[in-house]
Amino acid sequence: MNVIWILFRREFVSYFITPIAYVFIVFFLGLLGAMTFFLGGFFDRGQADLAPFFAFHTWLYLLLIPAISMRLWSEERQTGTIELLLTLPVSATQAVIAKFLAAWAFAAIAVALTFPFWITVNYLGEPDNGIIIAGYVGSLVMVGAYLAIGSCLSSASKNQVIAFVLAVLVSLLFTVAGTPLVLELVSGWAPALVIDVIAGLSFIANFDAISKGVLDLVNLIYFLSVMTLFLFINIILVNLLKAR
Amino acid sequence: MAAMIEVEGLCKRFGSIQAVVDVSFKVERGEVLGFLGPNGAGKSTAMRMITGFLEPDSGTVRLEGVDIQDQPIASRQNLGYMPEGAPSYHEMTPLGFLGFIAGIRGFSGSEAEDRIATATQQTQLGSVLYQPIDTLSRGFKRRVALAQALLHDPEILVLDEPTDGLDPNQKHEVRTLIQEMAPRKAIIISTHILEEVDAVCSRAIIIAHGRIVADGTPDELESRSDRHMGVSITATRETCQQLMAGINALDGVAEAELDSRGLFVKPVRGSDILDPVRVVVGQSGLSVADIRVERGRLEDVFRAVTIPSGTGPSGTGDRP
Ligand SMILES: Nc1ncnc2c1ncn2[C@@H]1O[C@H](COP(=O)(O)OP(=O)(O)O)[C@@H](O)[C@H]1O
Ligand SMILES: [Mg+2]
Repeated sequence: MNVIWILFRREFVSYFITPIAYVFIVFFLGLLGAMTFFLGGFFDRGQADLAPFFAFHTWLYLLLIPAISMRLWSEERQTGTIELLLTLPVSATQAVIAKFLAAWAFAAIAVALTFPFWITVNYLGEPDNGIIIAGYVGSLVMVGAYLAIGSCLSSASKNQVIAFVLAVLVSLLFTVAGTPLVLELVSGWAPALVIDVIAGLSFIANFDAISKGVLDLVNLIYFLSVMTLFLFINIILVNLLKAR
Repeated sequence: MAAMIEVEGLCKRFGSIQAVVDVSFKVERGEVLGFLGPNGAGKSTAMRMITGFLEPDSGTVRLEGVDIQDQPIASRQNLGYMPEGAPSYHEMTPLGFLGFIAGIRGFSGSEAEDRIATATQQTQLGSVLYQPIDTLSRGFKRRVALAQALLHDPEILVLDEPTDGLDPNQKHEVRTLIQEMAPRKAIIISTHILEEVDAVCSRAIIIAHGRIVADGTPDELESRSDRHMGVSITATRETCQQLMAGINALDGVAEAELDSRGLFVKPVRGSDILDPVRVVVGQSGLSVADIRVERGRLEDVFRAVTIPSGTGPSGTGDRP
């Protein structure tokens, strides 16, 4: 059997042996529900779609995903299991990929458990289900990008709290990059090209584009590139810091 | 034929600390090499380089003739390693954990089951297989990590303080297990317990401040003690005091000193003084409870080579 599959399975199962999985899912669904109904005016808008629901994914991921990812490598370094893991016939690359995929699969389950929202809009009206599927696809690739950032920064510190804070900070940069606030900050002095690049780096803008139904390859490739980049740095950091 | 483990010129520095300095040795099949040294001597750092976890600043490690830097994954297939502190995934049960290790080692189905059964039997884990490792005692946690290292029956075993934290019975069991496996394998264990060296090691290397300061069989090392071939006499203090003058006058006696049991006679290095001492005692007509030759104590050698000269016994931190 493939080493990545074995590693993946151990990681994935470990979410469910500890309370992490259940706490996370309850928080995620609870907050998402509360925000969608109270802040997003789900019923008052009189529109059968999931736009307000998807709008809140970004902000929830920003805070909740680092809580899931912080332990990925910090804990291995803290407890010394990293020494066990990386002296088995396993490469750091395989371990990074397997851990990431397990976290992503777990997040996908949490996202899938939001299906009652989808059922509800279909019950209440006649939404464009194509757009909703696009929204889910966008949400999945975006959560992957948040997890890659979190996994990467989890390897930067033995301390899970530090790993969490670093992940929130870097995720925040990527989340708000394209918002008017940030663009105004730089528009006074930065050349137009730089502004375009910064705007293009925004998770919000890229996710919006996907979830409005414009399932543009560019936006998908953007999220996949963020994942690749951070997992690549993750592998380097694991090799560099494993024995510290 | 290449030795099972060949280590050449290993060096590792952490900032200003020279953790390992020019360490070289070989281990053949059938040998159990004891890494002996005070805490902080560099034993774990050396083991981390031998098992490929840590990259040396310089030097090479070959396992069965294969340079571990050239083939990092392949060279680990025949290696079992228990890192310091016996880490394992504490949220899992021993059975789940060993199942994971079996998978990584490429075993599945009934072969995996057989391997796990053998390893858990060797380490006597049978009674706790379904209990989260978290909830196990220190001794069991250590044996879980040991089972992990033994699971694929590797020919090269590196165990960092395998008996640390075990009670005397458990220590004995682990030592017996190591002795049983020894003929088929090349084994390195680290320890700061001297009796362990006598109990299981065919050879010992004493490390201090990252350097090898002594290398030999336990007997050879003991013979370096200044008590080696000394004669100890068990008798009352009065008797001893009366004997002292006669004994001190003998050829080959360096010095006789009173101790708690009676008298200890240190020889001039290399001289056999048992018979002359017996004669002196016989001629004196005094009665003594016992006269015998000492082998020398590993502890004395250990202290002599690991404590820098000039500092007294209380001058440094960790006693073995
Ligand atoms: N990752 C590390 N970073 C900095 N110093 C280290 C590291 N690992 C070990 N050391 C230092 O190297 C020396 C040797 O440590 P170690 O190999 O653990 O000794 P031993 O196992 O013999 O007790 C010690 O002074 C220790 O503080
Ligand atoms: Mg150590």
